[in-house]
Amino acid sequence: MNQKEIYRDANYGKQLVTAIRKITTRPWKIMDTCGGQTHAIARYRIEEMLPPEISLIHGPGCPVCVTPADTIDTAIELALNNKNVIISTFGDMMRVPGSKYDLLTAKSLGADIRIIYSPLDALKTAMENPSREVILFAIGFETTAPVHAQVVYESSKRKIRNLSLLTSLFAVPPVLEHLFALPDFSVDGLLAAGHVCSITGLSDYHRLSRNYQIPISVTGFEPVDILYGIYTNIRQLEEADYSVCNAYSRMVPEEGNPKARLVLDEIFEPSVQNWRGLGSLPASGFKIKEKYKSFDTLKRYSIKNKCLIKDDGCIAGEIMKGIAKPVNCPHFGKACRPESPLGAAMVSSEGVCAAYYKYK
Amino acid sequence: MNTITCPIPVQEREHIQLAHGGGGKLTQELIETIFYPAFKNDILEQEHDSAQIAMPGGRIAFTTDSFVVDPVFFPGGDIGELAVNGTVNDLLCSGAVPQYISVGFIIEEGFAINDLKKIVQSIADAARKANVKIVTGDTKVIERIHGNQIYINTSGIGSIPESVALSPKNVKHGDSVIVTGRIGEHGICVLSTRNSLGFETDIKSDTRSLNEIVRNLLKDIPQTRVLRDPTRGGLSSTLNEIAHTAGAGIEINEEALPISKGVESACELLGLDPLYIANEGILLVFVPGEYEKQALEIIRNSEHGADAMPIGKVIPDPAHRVYLQSAFGGKRVVEVLSGEQLPRIC
Repeated sequence: MNQKEIYRDANYGKQLVTAIRKITTRPWKIMDTCGGQTHAIARYRIEEMLPPEISLIHGPGCPVCVTPADTIDTAIELALNNKNVIISTFGDMMRVPGSKYDLLTAKSLGADIRIIYSPLDALKTAMENPSREVILFAIGFETTAPVHAQVVYESSKRKIRNLSLLTSLFAVPPVLEHLFALPDFSVDGLLAAGHVCSITGLSDYHRLSRNYQIPISVTGFEPVDILYGIYTNIRQLEEADYSVCNAYSRMVPEEGNPKARLVLDEIFEPSVQNWRGLGSLPASGFKIKEKYKSFDTLKRYSIKNKCLIKDDGCIAGEIMKGIAKPVNCPHFGKACRPESPLGAAMVSSEGVCAAYYKYK
Repeated sequence: MNTITCPIPVQEREHIQLAHGGGGKLTQELIETIFYPAFKNDILEQEHDSAQIAMPGGRIAFTTDSFVVDPVFFPGGDIGELAVNGTVNDLLCSGAVPQYISVGFIIEEGFAINDLKKIVQSIADAARKANVKIVTGDTKVIERIHGNQIYINTSGIGSIPESVALSPKNVKHGDSVIVTGRIGEHGICVLSTRNSLGFETDIKSDTRSLNEIVRNLLKDIPQTRVLRDPTRGGLSSTLNEIAHTAGAGIEINEEALPISKGVESACELLGLDPLYIANEGILLVFVPGEYEKQALEIIRNSEHGADAMPIGKVIPDPAHRVYLQSAFGGKRVVEVLSGEQLPRIC
């Protein structure tokens, strides 16, 4: 068996489910914090395998879903009003609605929007189109933020003047802390995103687990990884003994990736960040440092962030907090459907609303 | 004494000009030097405004399809052979014997004539392999955008033998679902040739006509319920269409899906689901359950059928949905693709 097959092995999965059933005595709510985890939970129908006492909540796990509508509007306006601009973006941003429409619609209206597979592709586009202005729609958690930092670092070194970043970069521990501190937060255990932790390391998570008395399992994205993470969560909850369990040690060293953090710190500094559905949270994002301000799209084009909170009727924020389920939303399956989403969670195939729409 | 002469106009052109679609001398030049020599057949040589063909009595199948693939040349084929194979396979899926094809070109000004020659040659080769004649055609030239695009429309007709009655309405509970080859090859191949992808694969397009599989299958198993080529939208769209029309559910088994390591890895990397990836050279075959073994043997012994696999069965289901039984144990609904499948990042 290769690595992947081991972590998709049905027999090992069944053993874990049996072990979870054996130790579960009370209802527990477990929250995942990554689109990859949500995707695997839906794909392998993990919730159905678990004892009925365990319910799975899908937290803020997708940087696309929490990118504010006005950041999308900014990208669209820049592309439509300035024929010289090329917007480089990941594909899953294309269908997420801004306040008027999405990037796909802007593209059909003549905007030059190109799908990239790595932020470094934008650097290549800028070098190949020296007379054009390339704007990299820089979206991600701590996982992709270092690659975006690398783009700025390389561009600066190579004196590339026609590239800037419209950032929508998020830091996970601050948003978790925000959720944990909410008076109506009722989640019992947390599955931390392995790839995020592989950059940040575990120190923030130790602090969160200690301060908020919550078990945290760092997991990968294969079904066995997730079941094992749930098992360690439940074991700690049943024993009332809370700590961080690294259930993804094949990828996540305790100290994370110091080299990636070095380039991250060179380019970015923590900043207030608006999370779609959750609002504005202090020190929960990354902005480009003054030294590299010529690479900051907002400064380059003198754009003021409107921090617009749009009432689109979407309750994704409540869902992320574990307070509501998609079926509680009056628009679910009616005005809000995958082909005409009100919020981002209905667009991505890993979005929790899209998953409920498909599977329930 | 030297005589005064006019400069001789350059006859050898390397790129398509607007006048090539104007119906005048340059159009004639394309027809005479490129199209006729490649497509040569008795009906084309009648040189009428429309092809005049003798058809046997009974039902004929008539289909049309347009091809806009970018890039026009890709590993395993090009837009020309794709245009013939696509239309031939559509005819085959209604049980027809493909016979005549029309080819309409819309070419961008600036397109390399050498590339056009290559495409025309592969149209001719594909038509020969599929035993169809190119009997009529048209060429239009549009103004330059990028200088490298060509669009092709093909229509085709074929006669349907009296014994054949394929329809998704025939599909019944207990029917077996067979796929005749590996899935996702064409879509991933085309995607990987787009320069922004940043990785290389050795995946080739599966574009090919499937005459032999269909001929052998329908000869020995006239009870075959329906044939479909899962092109755009992949397996998921085609299975959902059939489930909807048949008024039944379809359950497929993830482990049974024939898929190459290359396609599987590319899908994992890009966050794509192989069930939604386009195919060009495979068919979905529905036969009554008791014919599964025989059908499989016939397909596997036919050209392009070696990798055929039974992938699932038709089940009673009031919701008329398609389900995927995963190797891990869970079962999920396979929805129709909404919009274009875009790579995800997380």
